[in-house]
Amino acid sequence: MQSSEHNGFASNSPNGRDAHNRLLESMSAVGIANKDVVEAPYLTQEHILFREQVRRFVDTEVKPRGEQWEEAGFVPRDVLRRMGELGFLGVRYPQAYGGSEMDSIATAILAEELGKSTFGGFAVTVLVHTDMASPHLANAGTREQLERWMPDIVAGKKIAAVAVTEPDAGSDVAGIRTSARREGDNYVLNGSKIYITNGVHADIYFVAAKTDLAAKGSRGISMFVVEKGTPGFSVARALKKHGWLSSDTAELVFEDCRVPVANRLGEENRGFYAVMKNFQNERLVLGAQAIGEAQAAIALTLEWVTQRRTFGTTLWEKQAIRQRLAMQAAKVEAGRQLVYNTAWLASQGRDCVKEVSMLKAYCGELVNEVMYDCQQFHGGFGYMREAAIERMVRDARIHSIGGGTTEIMLEEVAKRMIPSRDRT
Amino acid sequence: MKILVPVKRVPDPATTIRVLPDGSGIATDNVKWVINPFDEIAIEEALRIKEKQGGEVVLVAVGQQTWQEQLRTGLAMGADRAILVRSEAALDTLAIARLLAKIAEEQKPDIIILGKQAIDDDSNQVGQMLAEMLGWPQATFASKVEFQDRKCTVVREVDGGLETVAFDLPAIVTTDLRLNEPRYASLPGIMKARKKELKEIPADSLGVDLTPKLKIKKLDPPPKRQAGRKVASVEELVQVLHNEAKVI
Repeated sequence: MQSSEHNGFASNSPNGRDAHNRLLESMSAVGIANKDVVEAPYLTQEHILFREQVRRFVDTEVKPRGEQWEEAGFVPRDVLRRMGELGFLGVRYPQAYGGSEMDSIATAILAEELGKSTFGGFAVTVLVHTDMASPHLANAGTREQLERWMPDIVAGKKIAAVAVTEPDAGSDVAGIRTSARREGDNYVLNGSKIYITNGVHADIYFVAAKTDLAAKGSRGISMFVVEKGTPGFSVARALKKHGWLSSDTAELVFEDCRVPVANRLGEENRGFYAVMKNFQNERLVLGAQAIGEAQAAIALTLEWVTQRRTFGTTLWEKQAIRQRLAMQAAKVEAGRQLVYNTAWLASQGRDCVKEVSMLKAYCGELVNEVMYDCQQFHGGFGYMREAAIERMVRDARIHSIGGGTTEIMLEEVAKRMIPSRDRT
Repeated sequence: MKILVPVKRVPDPATTIRVLPDGSGIATDNVKWVINPFDEIAIEEALRIKEKQGGEVVLVAVGQQTWQEQLRTGLAMGADRAILVRSEAALDTLAIARLLAKIAEEQKPDIIILGKQAIDDDSNQVGQMLAEMLGWPQATFASKVEFQDRKCTVVREVDGGLETVAFDLPAIVTTDLRLNEPRYASLPGIMKARKKELKEIPADSLGVDLTPKLKIKKLDPPPKRQAGRKVASVEELVQVLHNEAKVI
């Protein structure tokens, strides 16, 4: 093949064809899937070891069972408990509650490796629990509240969900209508929540509600802990989704739901700031998950195109295909570095709202672009339900929407591009 | 019970291995290194014994500075402490067995458990050599290990069946694949491993003859697999197997 001279392998072989075959050989299914990208300098031995353990868990406990969970519409509790036993659900939490006091980089590793499982629904079930819901308790909880709920959350015995979004308020948190009226030692919650991940099967919900109806905008919102089974709280329906089928998503209803004052997280009327604060972590995690999914898709596609033959050659031998995959791999690597650099900034306690917003926008769009190409190169098979790539395409779609749409993220970036308006 | 577990660092079995063009070794760039899988089984068995009857699990490796990564992994699984006998040069099995025997004399374990072989060179010698040097009984290829007081019973996987042997401690046991399934290192385990003792000893400080008795002259990659071909009938298949492949 003439083309072997252009791929850089011809020079170290007397025969370009041999070089090409070696290249193909080195891309045996296993070789690609396990090939590590060079690790960044700020990764410690603990980070690397943690990654290996999560990867082994995903390969042995998740990949063989994921299809069943997609059918069932949720991830069984024993899987989450097992992850709890292994300490995967308490990455950054205090040791006193079973956590390991690691940093944002370890969190990014968890999200990336779960993303590589090819089951986005499974990944998000875990990540909502660890990084979108339970941080509300970890950040704002009193000692009593932490002691009461944290150990079970870290152990995976109680699964968490966060309920902020309403039919008329998503990223625009200030627009929520669910109310919490103070009555003696209780608050009385009324309203509804929608698109709540883990909403059907969770045990503990962190719910945003208006405690001061007269207050304007962001003021007047408080966060509450509502446990499954509290009278007046119900799951109205499980929602059917485009992707993420192994994740349960619900509409929740609160009808005169009485919650003790002891279940309020943080100060009254200051809940908005708690929600905003955790958005950063949530978006970092979603970006890392998206990058994991994109890497897995490219690996799957490489397996396919190096084997699938058309017109006498493999698809990989066609420059148009391998160059497009190479470019996507380059973009994914760029996104991955942005994710880890931002995680490192966060681990140093540095402000990184701009970087987080950038990576959420970039990775959320990129994963869709990558999935499009990967499905395209799978040909007709990629359109079949039995192809992993078909599921991954559906799972990826949410990444430019959930946790802050690309448009919202770009506004956050734009705001910070002009120094005089920076962080007003 | 005090258990000593020798550990070797080997390329990940899932990695594609490339032999260097001059046949002097394998290309090590981009190779992921892991604990020899049989040694990982040995660590798991040691931890289970400790969990049942108390004691201490001590890991030991003979190798370069980088080998502490595998020792840390073992500590993260739950071993108590580790010893790295530092040697920059690659040593042959006899030298390694001699060093391990020295460490055993110093540590005085009740039992030494190690992999039956390492998956890189498949030597299958260190356990047996150690038994000879220490004058201890040995049970190789263990698929089941049980204790009663100072007596150990091991079920061995031998050709055509199983063999059960019993002996007194101290002793050497080498592990086979079906002995157990090694545990994960939990995240709290990984964090705890950071603070566990990992002692380094220079290999040349132990007064052991390290001169290699064995030299690897050349490595050859396995022959390339030939493409398959379809035959039209059973008759043709028999013909081909007999005349061309010459296997029947």
